[in-house]
Amino acid sequence: MHGLKEFIAFFEDSSLADAIRENDVLFPTIESVHVLAICLVVGSIMAVDLRLLGFASVRHPVSAVTRGILPLTWGAFVVAAASGLLMFIANAAKYLGNGFFIAKLCLIAAAGLNMLVFHFISARDQPRWDVQVRLPLSARLAGGISMILWIAVVACGRWIGFTMEAG
Amino acid sequence: MTGAIVGDFAKWLGSTSLSHEIQTAGWIIPGLQTIHILGIAILFFSAVIVDLRLWGVLQSDARLGDIARRFLPVIWPTLLVLLITGSFLIIGEPRRSLLNTTFYLKMMLLVFALVVTAVLQWSLWVAPDFWETGRGRRIAARFAATLSIVLWCCIIFAGRWIAYTQVG
Repeated sequence: MHGLKEFIAFFEDSSLADAIRENDVLFPTIESVHVLAICLVVGSIMAVDLRLLGFASVRHPVSAVTRGILPLTWGAFVVAAASGLLMFIANAAKYLGNGFFIAKLCLIAAAGLNMLVFHFISARDQPRWDVQVRLPLSARLAGGISMILWIAVVACGRWIGFTMEAG
Repeated sequence: MTGAIVGDFAKWLGSTSLSHEIQTAGWIIPGLQTIHILGIAILFFSAVIVDLRLWGVLQSDARLGDIARRFLPVIWPTLLVLLITGSFLIIGEPRRSLLNTTFYLKMMLLVFALVVTAVLQWSLWVAPDFWETGRGRRIAARFAATLSIVLWCCIIFAGRWIAYTQVG
């Protein structure tokens, strides 16, 4: 536990963290970039999820939908993670003490796991159902779970702002 | 003069029982904001995916007209959800936005962005290959796409900055 405390202090005491905390413009700007990137991540993932669920883009093969959208998702995710990390290091201890922050990280990890399961297990026979409107249950489940998890990620993100200890 | 009228209106709005209800139940404002952000996610992504296609980035194997028809119509019902959740957020905390220049900047940018979106959607509806015939139009398409992306980014920025520029 002592190691973790030192680890946090290392970030919080850095001059970068100091600048983000002290500067009136820097934190809101990083936060705005974070919201912008998250919007792209969640919006693009939902478009893919809706295809998996059979609600949208059903006349297009799943492979074409993912190929046309997921590069944008990954690009935006890198920006969201980087901006999120910058906000984190400015107030690391306070974030770690916030239940919604921990929940948000866990939910993102769960969404990643869901994606891996879909990619490496459920999508192994994708060529058989790529062009179908109604996909196998495993694919529909992956889309539904992903959608619920990302909605929860956004909710936790917003709740962090209302439950962080001030000052 | 108008400032006083808006101030009185904000004061009255804040004293209504609906406003009081929204303020006192702690989960309503973050809940509304969550729905609002999810709406922005859908709208922003839909606009950006078409804008990127105008630049020739992503989905280049699909026709521009098809991409526009798939993604742009979603924007209008989503906008309705955003206006409703936004209105309730204003009712809950009238002074936060109604007495805030950033809020009016956001609304002006929104009108501008919606006009750009509507023109794009309409042009692609009546002539799906309009923006792809001729060099001049291709350049104009990229200009419109860039303008659209920049406007939506500014709207999202302004939205977040409302929280940091409120008076009192």
